[in-house]
Amino acid sequence: MSNAALGLSLLALAALAALPFLDTGFWLALAINVAQYAVLATAWAMFSGPTRYVSLATAAFFGIGAYTVAVLGEALPWPLVLLVAGVIGAVMSLLVGFATLRLSGVYFVVFTFGLAELVRQLVTWFEVNVTRSMGRYVFVEISQAQILWQLLALFGALLALGTWLARSRLGFALRVIGEDETVARHVGIDTARAKVALFALSSVFMALVGAVMAPRWTYLDPAIAFNPSISFTVLIMALLGGTRSLLGPLLGVVPLAMLFEVLTARFPNHFSILVGVVFLLVVYALPQGVSGLLARLRRGAVA
Amino acid sequence: MSAALGTDPSPLLRVEGLRRAFGGLVAVDGLSFSIRPGEILGLLGPNGSGKTTALNLISGVLAPDAGRVVLEGREVAGLPAHRLSRLGIARTFQLVRVLPGLSLEENVVAGLAFGRDPAWGTEARARAAALLERVGLGGRAAQPASVLTYGDQKRLELARALALSPRLLLLDEWLAGLNPTELRGGIDLIASLRDEGCTVLMVEHVMDAIRALADRCVVMNAGRSIAEGPPAEVLAERAVIQAYLGEDDA
Repeated sequence: MSNAALGLSLLALAALAALPFLDTGFWLALAINVAQYAVLATAWAMFSGPTRYVSLATAAFFGIGAYTVAVLGEALPWPLVLLVAGVIGAVMSLLVGFATLRLSGVYFVVFTFGLAELVRQLVTWFEVNVTRSMGRYVFVEISQAQILWQLLALFGALLALGTWLARSRLGFALRVIGEDETVARHVGIDTARAKVALFALSSVFMALVGAVMAPRWTYLDPAIAFNPSISFTVLIMALLGGTRSLLGPLLGVVPLAMLFEVLTARFPNHFSILVGVVFLLVVYALPQGVSGLLARLRRGAVA
Repeated sequence: MSAALGTDPSPLLRVEGLRRAFGGLVAVDGLSFSIRPGEILGLLGPNGSGKTTALNLISGVLAPDAGRVVLEGREVAGLPAHRLSRLGIARTFQLVRVLPGLSLEENVVAGLAFGRDPAWGTEARARAAALLERVGLGGRAAQPASVLTYGDQKRLELARALALSPRLLLLDEWLAGLNPTELRGGIDLIASLRDEGCTVLMVEHVMDAIRALADRCVVMNAGRSIAEGPPAEVLAERAVIQAYLGEDDA
């Protein structure tokens, strides 16, 4: 993204920050939902787009961030809680990254899906055997408006990071890895380190979103925090939008977040089936995502 | 030939007793040879004799089960490929590998950005342009690599390998599959690399190219070296002819 595009995007985010002064009901709730998935899907695409490693671990990092708030929310000042959530997300992603990024293709997908489940089971085991109570109450003084502002700030930071990355050697290394990992190794790229570095950056943002979102629930248990549908929703949004450009995922987030809002309200019992149908449609009809389609149309118009 | 090696105290690369087995198949079995700075060494042998495995052991795709690989006096056997690339071992692949989604310039910058003498930004673009010019792809920097013909993909792959400022260039059948015009151009290109002092280890089946380019050859069969010396002598040896053609026709 050019500096001008980045500047405009940041201005737009700043303008959106005024929303809570206009409405504190439905529209604020919708904006929080969209902003949450915007950060998650963009962070997901930052790693999975160039490397083409499809990760289903989003729920693991989101959940660990949310749980950090549930455990430490009352014990520490808020900025410190966020810091701890980010650090835990980073440490977990480094451990997981070094253990798994040697896997590729479907093995990586399956492992990351299993990871979210593993973390959920570990937290459950801990709560049952150590704290002896499932579920926690989240009591922190954070308003809905503050949640939106934090999400917008995270999204701004993510766009700045992504813009820097696209020009950096690290970002270029990731693109070479996505093209041909064997070649990447033979031009001197430490592929394991590059992948883990980006996986960690992406995971920190996911953990922070989980932490920021936690105060929206007053009650939290492992099934809520580590809900696997978060991973799938993020994946389908990023794929619909397209992972080739920084703002690509956003093109999938906005329509799908609104669609899911309608589906949960109208068809709460058939939600999973309908999401599955949407998933199939996206993959078959728009393999390059909306941004890929737009790029093709633009090329067609020029030619 | 061993006398010739004996007089040279510091080969660029020395391979000693290299061995690698895949299950029960010993692909490389006690291979030893040296390359002097600035020479072109041809690595020959019938299909399945272990040439590509030998290249993979030298370039870090595989770790040897036993033996040594010494680059300028430094033991490098078993180092991962990215470390060896940074130490100056660059290679091309038997099945050509360009980065199809990137432009020609980006393909070469991939070789420049992380190598022994790294460059990024304006400097990298300038050096990439020069390297593309060098291999005969000048002025096409912005084109995507996916549109290149087979011969041009080979040129691009060579430019990317040269971008690493290699001490040793490994060419795995780089001249295979080229048409006669492309082949002549390719041979001239490798000859010009030698004139600049580049050291090359080439696996090759195109015998005209070996005769024109190689200073010495090592012939492998069943994982071992069966002959070593100047191309004309080596190709006339009975053991070599037998390895290629079998006992009866030799």
